[in-house]
Amino acid sequence: MDFFLQLVITGLVVGSVYALVALGFVLIYKSSDVINFAQGEFLLVGAYIALTMVMLYNVPFLAAVALTLGFCVLLGLLVERLVLRPFIGEPVISVIMATIGLSLLMRGLVQMIWGTDTRTFPGIFSDTPIRMGELVVSSVYLWSLALAILLLVVFNLFFKYSSTGIVMRAAADDQMAALSMGISVKRIVAITWAIAAVVAAVGGILLGNINGINPTLAYIGLLVLPVVILGGLDSIPGAIVGGFTIGLLEALAGGYLDPIFGGGVKEVAPFVVLVIVLMIRPYGLFGKEIIERV
Amino acid sequence: MASAGTTGSGFLLKKGCIDQLTPQLTIEGLTLHFGGVTALTGIYLEIMRGEILAVIGPNGAGKTSLLNCISGLYRPSEGKIAFEDREITQLAPYQRARMGIGRTFQNIELFKHMTVLENLMLGRHVHLKPGLISSGLYWGRAQREEVKHRRRVEEIIDFLEIQSIRKKPVGMLAYGLQKRVELGRALAMEPTLLLLDEPMAGMNIEEKEDMARFVLDVSEEWGTTMVLIEHDMGVVMDVSDRVCVLDFGRQIADGTPEKVQQDPLVIRAYLGQQQ
Repeated sequence: MDFFLQLVITGLVVGSVYALVALGFVLIYKSSDVINFAQGEFLLVGAYIALTMVMLYNVPFLAAVALTLGFCVLLGLLVERLVLRPFIGEPVISVIMATIGLSLLMRGLVQMIWGTDTRTFPGIFSDTPIRMGELVVSSVYLWSLALAILLLVVFNLFFKYSSTGIVMRAAADDQMAALSMGISVKRIVAITWAIAAVVAAVGGILLGNINGINPTLAYIGLLVLPVVILGGLDSIPGAIVGGFTIGLLEALAGGYLDPIFGGGVKEVAPFVVLVIVLMIRPYGLFGKEIIERV
Repeated sequence: MASAGTTGSGFLLKKGCIDQLTPQLTIEGLTLHFGGVTALTGIYLEIMRGEILAVIGPNGAGKTSLLNCISGLYRPSEGKIAFEDREITQLAPYQRARMGIGRTFQNIELFKHMTVLENLMLGRHVHLKPGLISSGLYWGRAQREEVKHRRRVEEIIDFLEIQSIRKKPVGMLAYGLQKRVELGRALAMEPTLLLLDEPMAGMNIEEKEDMARFVLDVSEEWGTTMVLIEHDMGVVMDVSDRVCVLDFGRQIADGTPEKVQQDPLVIRAYLGQQQ
């Protein structure tokens, strides 16, 4: 039973980071029909920037996080302006290729600047694990989970109730109508990229605190793809539920099935579930079905 | 006939007396190419303040292209467009919307996953105070703003007689009602120039009569200038003050409905050339 709970907690923590990264995917997809393959690299850059500030310049951790997020807003805006905007009106496939190019570029730059060694954050969260009855959980895990959930709640409220959030939803729903309502769709898309970069960076910082950072962290961008497809590419609640689902699946499959099959199930399990779900619900768990009347 | 200007509504007085002799929108030498295809050729058109102008013409004549040039979705290849004495040829569609140009679309473009009320509230966007911070944080002020806009939206809901569906997602509504909601959303912007792209297309007679009545009421109550594209000649004759006829991207006639109906060029465009 303890083993099971331990796996569940690990799954939830990893899942919450997945949910954050998936949120970025979904936002960009909703606002511009683009799948951003550089989402994992946003995470990487965010993590490295925070690490550098803490290690090299001795900036206090929270200040470093705040500065990193500020930087990521700029990064998101810059990427949208330089890479995405020239592609307005071009086929979606070209835009997706551009994001793949961007991901390679960013990963290359990160390796040039920071090298490929795994680095760790200095102990920011206390080393003493927290005991909950029989269960022992490291405090880093709990903090990550709490922060990720807080952020997800904040963004959900933002999209539901703030006027900018509502306008973002409107622009995602129908760009032409949004334009005719006096909404600057370009501005909305720019905000979307900024938010996507920020949530990815938070994910990167949390993962960095748990496992350390090296350039392979960027592959989480691809790991999150089944998450968003499972949840439905255009659904924010879907990204969150999908994130936790895949996180749990990975942890449980890794704990129970890997020893039996000699490893590897952890990586495959999410995709098996993904295929099954898509066979039953082709639009994902929460995706919006597009019904056309003929 | 909707020669507004005689009624004494408050909105109307606020906008100053309606004078059908001063142009609100001026189009000079408008030409639009798509690659090798010319959609519009040398259009000169003045739209007078407070009038209802019908744009008619056979399919593919360039009616919607003309509307798209006015609202900014298309950038003309040549020519100038001025609105309220200001050149707007280079302005983005959202900037033109903020200046008071509202529109509806031929194929309904509503926010399908939102309710009727939310759609209309989005029409108020142009009147919201700008600022990311204030819209996200100052709940008190934001709420007062919201109440004000909500009141305006409720007025429009009453006006269009759509009270019973205000909480329904628009994607679920019947076609005719969606058209009406789209008109409502455009009205929520309180435009001074309203572009209606086939507001009555695909409707039955009863729905058409309702829509025609709303168009006349809008003109009478708010003095809004309207440009409408319509195929139903009965409606065009009843509703419009003036008719502009396009054929193959050229303007072939312009005048009162009665005059245009007699025009040999118009008859030829619609019925073909007599051998």
